[in-house]
Amino acid sequence: MSEPILEMRRVSKSFFSIKALRDVDLTVYPGEIHALMGENGAGKSTLMKILSGAYRPDPGSEIRIDGQPVQINGPHGGRAAGIAIIYQELSLAPNLSVAENIYLGREVSRGGLLAREAMQAGVGPILARLGADFTPQTLVANLSMGQRQLVEIARALHARSRILIMDEPTTALSAGESERLFALIRQLRAEGLAIIYISHRMDEVYALGDRVTVLRDGTLVGSLDKGEIRADAIVRMMVGRDVSSFYKKDHDPQARPGAPVLAAVDIGDGRRVKGCSLTVHAGEVVGLAGLIGAGRTELAHLIIGAAPMTSGHVEIEGRTILIRTPGEALDAGIAYLTEDRKALGLFLDMSCLDNINLAVLGRDAKFGGILDRDKARERAKRAFAGLGIRAANVGVPAGGLSGGNQQKVLLSRLLAIGPKILILDEPTRGVDVGAKSEIYSIIDNLAKAGTAVLVISSDLPEIIGICDRVIVMRAGHIAGQMRRGATPLSQEEIMALATGTEQLDA
Amino acid sequence: MPENGASAKAAPAKAAPAGSGLAAAQETKRQRTRMIIRAVGMLPVLLLLCIGFHVLSDGRFFTGQNIGIVVQQSAVNTVLAAGMTFVILTGGIDLSVGSILAASAMAGLIISKFPDLGALWLPVAVLTGAVFGILNGALIALLRLPPFIVTLGSLTAVRGAARLLGADTTVFNPSIPYAFIGNGALTLIPGVVSIPWLWVIALLVILVSWLVLKRTVLGVHIYAVGGNESAARLAGIKVWAVLIFVYGVSGLLAGLGGAMQAARLYAANGLQLGQSYELDAITAVILGGTSFVGGIGSIWGTLVGALIIAVLSNGLILIGVSDVWQYVIKGLVIIGAVALDRYRLQGSART
Repeated sequence: MSEPILEMRRVSKSFFSIKALRDVDLTVYPGEIHALMGENGAGKSTLMKILSGAYRPDPGSEIRIDGQPVQINGPHGGRAAGIAIIYQELSLAPNLSVAENIYLGREVSRGGLLAREAMQAGVGPILARLGADFTPQTLVANLSMGQRQLVEIARALHARSRILIMDEPTTALSAGESERLFALIRQLRAEGLAIIYISHRMDEVYALGDRVTVLRDGTLVGSLDKGEIRADAIVRMMVGRDVSSFYKKDHDPQARPGAPVLAAVDIGDGRRVKGCSLTVHAGEVVGLAGLIGAGRTELAHLIIGAAPMTSGHVEIEGRTILIRTPGEALDAGIAYLTEDRKALGLFLDMSCLDNINLAVLGRDAKFGGILDRDKARERAKRAFAGLGIRAANVGVPAGGLSGGNQQKVLLSRLLAIGPKILILDEPTRGVDVGAKSEIYSIIDNLAKAGTAVLVISSDLPEIIGICDRVIVMRAGHIAGQMRRGATPLSQEEIMALATGTEQLDA
Repeated sequence: MPENGASAKAAPAKAAPAGSGLAAAQETKRQRTRMIIRAVGMLPVLLLLCIGFHVLSDGRFFTGQNIGIVVQQSAVNTVLAAGMTFVILTGGIDLSVGSILAASAMAGLIISKFPDLGALWLPVAVLTGAVFGILNGALIALLRLPPFIVTLGSLTAVRGAARLLGADTTVFNPSIPYAFIGNGALTLIPGVVSIPWLWVIALLVILVSWLVLKRTVLGVHIYAVGGNESAARLAGIKVWAVLIFVYGVSGLLAGLGGAMQAARLYAANGLQLGQSYELDAITAVILGGTSFVGGIGSIWGTLVGALIIAVLSNGLILIGVSDVWQYVIKGLVIIGAVALDRYRLQGSART
């Protein structure tokens, strides 16, 4: 085997008193696709930020490139060391052309004027090598997500990077675009680049990974070579326990079937959601699966009145109800947990107490508007105890909490309402493993108490682990649904429905 | 938000319970310090200014008479700034309060000259302000127009209306009812302590504002809209109603300010009255620690801010700084206040 291109030895990183990484080793060879896996909060991002120069590792950590120890200081340090990161959220300027984006920060100028043509000429060969179907002059705003990713990769190659870090690169891509990306990644491997591939999707890791390294809670769990890569082994390494005990599902709607509570009938917005119908029964947990952009969140927004409906209607307990605002949805007994808790859910500067009580302040108020502060404090304390929210006290601002605790604060706000219907949009995104499992048992308990729960999730094992029934969306339509029977739901079947292909070929 | 994100991700529940508990405690402590700094805010600055002016003016600042002048001069601005606090807490701005003040004073004075309706002039002035404020709020909340543009428009339009009301002349009424609120004082201990009525009104406004902001559902909703409007909407808050309310309050208090001015001057002029008062009100709010982006701030800070402006004006005159330099210094204070706002925001949870 050739010499490693990148060696990380005993890399640690602390934030104040918290160790985000603890003595992690990582060795990457040229011409290798090295998959990096781990739950959210396992330390993948921290590790990558050290490589890109965004974070400086603790003393005692060692990074070698081509056998030479290096110090990576700042984003230029990462670039100088030949490391490029393709971020989840693409970092392109949509108002500039492809060539301008690739040269961003390193523009070529002649006599103080931008040498546009020279830049375009410089970009041409790289785009050709990547098989791009657009020109250097194209505005990035006019490119699809897959094409934009190509621009990102072109930028990395143009900077003569030899280590390419890809962080969940297929999140925003269609199935076809993902396939083309895989082909390109294999081509780059053949050209001798080292690729660190971060992904949660097992099928991608099967398809691409030459080696898999798993992190958990900031420590290295281990590495598997190509022949040893197996889903159950990886999951066990990631979670640190058997998956069967991780997802909690004790409620059983088949034994005790409930009445239909929420029914969406043929609803659409004329753009992203086209004539979707679904029903959720009391005491049932229904999963809404599909690729990013399939219209799941948009469908939820239609149901709760956050976006205008152009067709169809919503029925609650058999009666047609007009819901025009999220406030009216709450009045009708529908609570919605947003997928974007920071932008659309929490008030980060406000106390946990206010965040938890926000939706029920009016109901609790005295004399039609005076806050009942004792009741609010009582409720917040109960939520802290009941959901295991870890913070110094209920008065601290929600923004200071960890992702999992923030999510539990937001969930407490919804639970305080006592909804008949709970729509949870990516309830465990950005939440650590412990909190995840706690959230699953909260969902399970709600279903036992007769709440109708609709869970939107991109995490298929999660959907399979906690749901009684799965509805799959594709391109704004309901592509199909399947019920949990004697055999567990199959990830492959869901993916086939979501992508519209019969079978994912690896 | 690199720091927050990292520490949030770096706290896996099982990894280091002791460590994360310690960090949480540290974080709380830091937040508490931050909150104290925010709450105390500019109070030390106010005290330093008072003491400084007292020394520089050879002891002429802390006299009963001078303090009386300072509070009297700060009263109208305090009332306007209270309304402005509501607006800025939602992340908005109200540039029209000076014009609304003029229009309300004009409307009040005109009514006061009718023999039978005279006593109604006070509620008329306040209501005039409220109506203009609600109009502002309706345009902002229902048509989703930017507050800066809407109130910039009404700054001009309402000024025109104020001039129109008096046919562009000054309206006098030497026998206006309730004139005592402009010039009288509430005697607490006869011959020893008395408080100008203007100041009593200003303090009452601050007190009621505090009650609304901190003790009512509406108050929490105001902070929520300013902190995260989209989240507020998703949480079922009627954002439009909150916005109409805050601009209505700002207008109503501008109307009250107009009434206070009318009672004090026995006269109003649609062209001159309340010119650039909005700037003093905004300065007071920002000096008081209310963040320009909304969601953070307190009414007590606004009171301190309004007092700083009044002390600054009064003190600069006392020590004989020329009129021209007073403008320069006050302008620099505005910029300094916004710089302070930026600095404070850096420590906030929101980035």
